[in-house]
Amino acid sequence: MLRIIKQRLAYNGLPAPTLEQGIRVIASRAYSTAKEMTVREALNSAIDEEMSADPKVFIMGEEVGEYQGAYKISKGLLDKYGPERVLDTPITEAGFAGIGVGAAYYGLRPVIEFMTFNFSMQAIDHIINSAAKSNYMSAGQISVPIVFRGPNGAAAGVGAQHSHCYAAWYSSCPGLKVLAPYSSEDARGLLKAAIRDPDPVVFLENELLYGESFPVSAEALDSSFCLPIGKAKIEREGKDVTITAFSKMVGYALQAAEILAKEGINAEVINLRSIRPLDRSTINASVRKTNRLVTIEEGFPQHGVGAEICASILEESFEYLDAPVERIAGADVPMPYAANLERMAVPQIEDIVRAAKRACYKSSLLAATA
Amino acid sequence: MACSATAQIIQPLSINSARSVDNSDACTKTLSPSSFLGSTPRINKKLFAVNKSISPLARRPTTVFAVSSDVVKEKKLKSNSSLSNLLITKKEGLELYEDMYLGRAFEDMCAQMYYRGKMFGFVHLYNGQEAVSTGFIKLLKKEDYVVSTYRDHVHSLSKGVPAREVMSELFGKTTGCCRGQGGSMHMFSKEHNVLGGFAFIGEGIPVATGAAFTSKYKREVLKEDCDEVALAFFGDGTCNNGQFFECLNMAALWKLPIVFVVENNLWAIGMSHVRATSDPQIWKKGPAFGMPGIHVDGMDVLKVREVAKEAIDRARRGEGPTLVECETYRFRGHSLADPDELRDPAEKAHYATRDPITALKKYMAENKLVSEAELKAIDKKIDELVEDAVEFADKSPVPARSQLLENVFADPRGFGIGPNGKYRCEDPKFTEGTAQV
Repeated sequence: MLRIIKQRLAYNGLPAPTLEQGIRVIASRAYSTAKEMTVREALNSAIDEEMSADPKVFIMGEEVGEYQGAYKISKGLLDKYGPERVLDTPITEAGFAGIGVGAAYYGLRPVIEFMTFNFSMQAIDHIINSAAKSNYMSAGQISVPIVFRGPNGAAAGVGAQHSHCYAAWYSSCPGLKVLAPYSSEDARGLLKAAIRDPDPVVFLENELLYGESFPVSAEALDSSFCLPIGKAKIEREGKDVTITAFSKMVGYALQAAEILAKEGINAEVINLRSIRPLDRSTINASVRKTNRLVTIEEGFPQHGVGAEICASILEESFEYLDAPVERIAGADVPMPYAANLERMAVPQIEDIVRAAKRACYKSSLLAATA
Repeated sequence: MACSATAQIIQPLSINSARSVDNSDACTKTLSPSSFLGSTPRINKKLFAVNKSISPLARRPTTVFAVSSDVVKEKKLKSNSSLSNLLITKKEGLELYEDMYLGRAFEDMCAQMYYRGKMFGFVHLYNGQEAVSTGFIKLLKKEDYVVSTYRDHVHSLSKGVPAREVMSELFGKTTGCCRGQGGSMHMFSKEHNVLGGFAFIGEGIPVATGAAFTSKYKREVLKEDCDEVALAFFGDGTCNNGQFFECLNMAALWKLPIVFVVENNLWAIGMSHVRATSDPQIWKKGPAFGMPGIHVDGMDVLKVREVAKEAIDRARRGEGPTLVECETYRFRGHSLADPDELRDPAEKAHYATRDPITALKKYMAENKLVSEAELKAIDKKIDELVEDAVEFADKSPVPARSQLLENVFADPRGFGIGPNGKYRCEDPKFTEGTAQV
């Protein structure tokens, strides 16, 4: 280690007498990098680093420039990269998403920000028809290295038109990659991977997670850090029941797992990270280990992410199941505004605990009768 | 109704910086973008004298023109002497004042309640733009339609939705106009024909156009006696959105009874209008689609009212749509969560001097229409009304658990068939209270 440091310093042109100082600096930096970072900072740093690494990357969206980002994700980027690379657009989602796709056809790497993914419905024609299907329709001649990002899903008290979750909608379309980060490390790694990816990526963030801090490892802070697309992460190992979740629900699942642990149920929590391509092998391997499954999502139940996971399990690991799959989703109603109704319309930690217990006790009941 | 804009000088409110656009004879005269109040604090003090004897709307339906305002001092002195020259009667004046003051007091109370935590989510306030809402909506009948954006509290109030119901809706209580299910951005009222409250920019315009279509359909196909008009309110940011142009085209094509009212407050969250628009003069987009485009000072309720009379009458007569651009300003930020750092304080100060409520007060005082005491009585009455609305909303119950699954479908059999083979909605336990559908 010391030799490496010496070589590094010599390479950087530092004279030997400062070696000790150098080591002290590196050591202190190593300690201080076991630090916390909010998801907002993680996203901001990811975009920043990718923009400085590749001049073809630019960001376009409403209020990304002078306003520093509607949720302050693109803070400071306008000052750093100028108005040619950080573009404030008028309120025309169809227009600027289409312009982004056209730019991507010609080799630029746009990052299109939707103020919320609800507004992507005005641009969905371009996301699906111009971006997702182009590589196929042109037989590989035209690839679309574009990233559509923005907050997705329910926030707090914003009503029906601002709380829709689009994970299921976009993941049903071949040609798109759909990512949903949870922690800051996820956010950084996945966004960097998305920007470097040659295919269209829909990057679903969560407004309520923006302000949450997570510890980040030293390697996550490195500017070449990247997470693989299509691999889920096992956040918590367990052996009694598998709980899959993405985005904000991972936090809820982890808290539910703590509660379940006190009752003797050891839950395994999987952070999906990537909705398309879905990491079926990790989920199946986990279910084959635990024999029970609870899927959680915030979106509407019919044709949701949980439905796809259930189908995957039934196709590949049916004999391993000891209990029916429990599927938790948002209520099958447009999001109400009233605070108490909104709480009922979104899965809460108690719902997860209850479902996990149901998955565990059901088969113990069967065993008793047998 | 007799329209005084046809033959008379439009009495100016005694404010220095009344600004107007003139296009008297030279249709080729173009205004450079710098003469438009964008994000600069400079005031354009050009005054124009205009040929006022024609009713511009009737005579040249496809030409671009603007409402004139004459600020020449002699004319003003002359007008003060004869009451018949005034635009409004005392009764109308009081009505306008009361409505604007209600809008202002209500929105101020909303801000207070938000900071106390009684209201949540997105709240967009209308302070400063009251003249547009009052100027237009007070000319409507109950059956006419109003469609708005997320900045819709005052539109609903002007249309007649009781303040109690709006406040309850904002608090998320079951006594709200939408039973607490809609919220600040989604005010609907079938009784008063308020068709929303839409969160997406531009979403309300096709809906309003559809309402106008219904009116025409009722008249021509169903042969009912129907002359209802639709008003679509939206902002400057919306005028760059595709839906706006599509609806201008179709409304003009089919001669629908609609008035498109642009509340140009120069800012879309933090995006200045001139930065987002290739040609910032929105009224010009009307003639491009074959309808008159008018620019009016939206801080002056009397001017807005005169233009509104013409436009609404035109629609009622079946002559088709009109595009009215009201230059106005919002005194507060985009929403209560907006720090409002990008707007120049000098610009804000300038528009604060053009406060529509003080302007109307001054006009009525100078023309001796009302006394100070009468205005104060109205102020007191409205303050009490708003306080009562807050109390009512506070005391109202939150929605019951069973309300979660209600109102999804008009025909609740849309929830399908349950495990017992009967329709789910027929099971008495259906709305009893778990979210496990």
